[in-house]
Amino acid sequence: MTQAPFGEFVAGARARGTLVVQPRMGFSDPGRMRQGLARTRAADAVTVGTLTLDSYTRVRDLDAARRALAEGVTLNGYPICTHPPETTRGVLDGIHDASFPVQVRHGSPRPEHIVAALLGLGLDATEGGPVSYCLPYSRTPLAEAVVCWRTACEMLAEHTGDGRVPHLESFGGCMLGQLCPPAVLVAVSVLEGLFFARHGLRSVSLSYAQQTSPQQDLEAVAALQRLAGELLGTVDWHVVLYAYMGVYPLSRGGGLNLLEAAARLAVTSGASRLIVKTAAEAHRIPTVADNVEALEAAARAAATATAPPPGPPAADSEVYAEARTLVHAVLDLHDDVGTALLTAFRRGLLDIPYCLHPDNAGRARSFIDHDGRLRWGDTGALPLGGAAVSAARKVTSADLLAALSRVRRAYDSGGTA
Amino acid sequence: MNSMPGTPMPTVLVTGTSSDAHTWNLVYLQLLLEEWGHEVTNLGPCAPDDLVMGSAVELRPDLIVVSSVNGHGHQDGLRLVQVLRARPELAGTTIVIGGKLGTDGLRNVGQVRRLLAAGYDRVFDDGDVHAFRDMLARPPVRAVS
Ligand code: B12
Repeated sequence: MTQAPFGEFVAGARARGTLVVQPRMGFSDPGRMRQGLARTRAADAVTVGTLTLDSYTRVRDLDAARRALAEGVTLNGYPICTHPPETTRGVLDGIHDASFPVQVRHGSPRPEHIVAALLGLGLDATEGGPVSYCLPYSRTPLAEAVVCWRTACEMLAEHTGDGRVPHLESFGGCMLGQLCPPAVLVAVSVLEGLFFARHGLRSVSLSYAQQTSPQQDLEAVAALQRLAGELLGTVDWHVVLYAYMGVYPLSRGGGLNLLEAAARLAVTSGASRLIVKTAAEAHRIPTVADNVEALEAAARAAATATAPPPGPPAADSEVYAEARTLVHAVLDLHDDVGTALLTAFRRGLLDIPYCLHPDNAGRARSFIDHDGRLRWGDTGALPLGGAAVSAARKVTSADLLAALSRVRRAYDSGGTA
Repeated sequence: MNSMPGTPMPTVLVTGTSSDAHTWNLVYLQLLLEEWGHEVTNLGPCAPDDLVMGSAVELRPDLIVVSSVNGHGHQDGLRLVQVLRARPELAGTTIVIGGKLGTDGLRNVGQVRRLLAAGYDRVFDDGDVHAFRDMLARPPVRAVS
């Protein structure tokens, strides 16, 4: 199969001034999965394809995946380790080629089985990270995820050469999807990108998910680009933006407006790729048609926005200052990024608000300020003295739901963030 | 629904299902139940069936609340309640499930019936928190047996 190096494809589109758009799409039925990839490829947009995997494969409960397929149960994604490889080759055949890279998106803290399966199929682009696929996705000890992700990186990196450049995207820009102040998202993304590079990857992407304040989001993407430029050296990298990852608008109009805002943000912030959300997000697993609609709407909205001038972003923002402090506080702990990350979480130097995982300190608290920016209510042991702006008070269920639903409410009533 | 002075607070075990990573639902349900006067143990996401069963046997809660939103709730919830009801200590415990149980956003009467038949006292398929509250407001907590 002719390879399309994922990073090279994205860089090519960027050089032509086009945003790459990509779905989060996965179906358990191979026929439907193939149709989804074909329709993604044919969409009126510059696209890359996605195989989003089901939850059983993510938690490595392959017995449950097998049983579900045998019983004809619909899963929430494509079970890549359970369908025979011939079946998946049939899904990809004639669709995945030099002009259409396909990425595997999963959410597994212990991903070796998935990486083995995708490499066996001739794929080499995937996503995750030792922190971002552990804390929001599992009860797996962080130390175990670090070990597994080291192995996974090495498995991918081994396939470099002969025109192949495996690509790994950090999911660090989406810790729990919502209510995590951007500095932490930027820091985790950069640190995971460094982790990938140290374990042999030559092409990576760093993520950031649209949050509650467009201005803060712009600062965050600029901070991400600047830190990546400072730290990633000669590794090929780009920024991928995620359309809002929290509680989505219920209305169709609100959902599409939020997506279009994300597409414009992707362009104005200088990101190279956008992962879309569909109008069905709040309700069910999106269909192929939902995904095509979202890809095309995002591409149209992106075409109306203006990219920043080339060159490193100036941005000396609050987000950059905080993210830089966090990244260096972690890197100073140990030469090995994985070990440094473990120590950082143990000491609370990194701390994800509202994360239930036992290896997260759980002392930091966030809130959405009057101006829409995500800020610290309590910085816990984060090295961000003075950044907490409100006296932390006990959050009620109604407070929490109001914060989680802020973007949904704004867009459902016809407004924006 | 605050507990009466002197009466012990009802205890609740809140848990996700084995394949489900979502946690905002669990955090929210914990806060809600605490505000309603319950003492909550939250097992968190991706809880294997045996962990839920072991915790339930140890804690003997008045109520077990299973929450699933990832679309595998019908399968995971069914397997889990069979494991729980197989334990004589839990035969009379009130067990409910809710969230977004399927992948298509539709109400699946057959699946709900199967969950009830397998041992849930109530199924809040579309995550209806008001109906849940009404159920808890009707003493005793054990609504159906
Ligand atoms: C945030 C989010 C995430 C975050 C979660 C981070 C975390 N640790 O929690 C991330 C990005 C990691 C994530 C991952 C995934 N997600 Co998600 N996620 C969401 C999202 C956007 C918001 C969920 C949320 O936080 N809601 C806030 C809480 C407070 O509300 P709630 O969960 O909706 O629950 C309410 C009710 O259902 C009710 N309720 C819940 N449980 C119970 C129980 C009882 C007894 C009662 C009475 C009520 C009740 O109470 C709540 C308040 O009303 C939703 C879509 C949306 N709603 O906009 C998708 C969504 C839930 N995710 C979905 C899926 C499928 C996944 C993935 C499997 C990836 C994939 N294939 O797309 C993975 C999970 C992997 C795994 N192992 O399970 C699907 C589920 C599809 C379905 N059921 O039809 C949704 C609907 C998106 C979609 N349209 O595809 N997700």
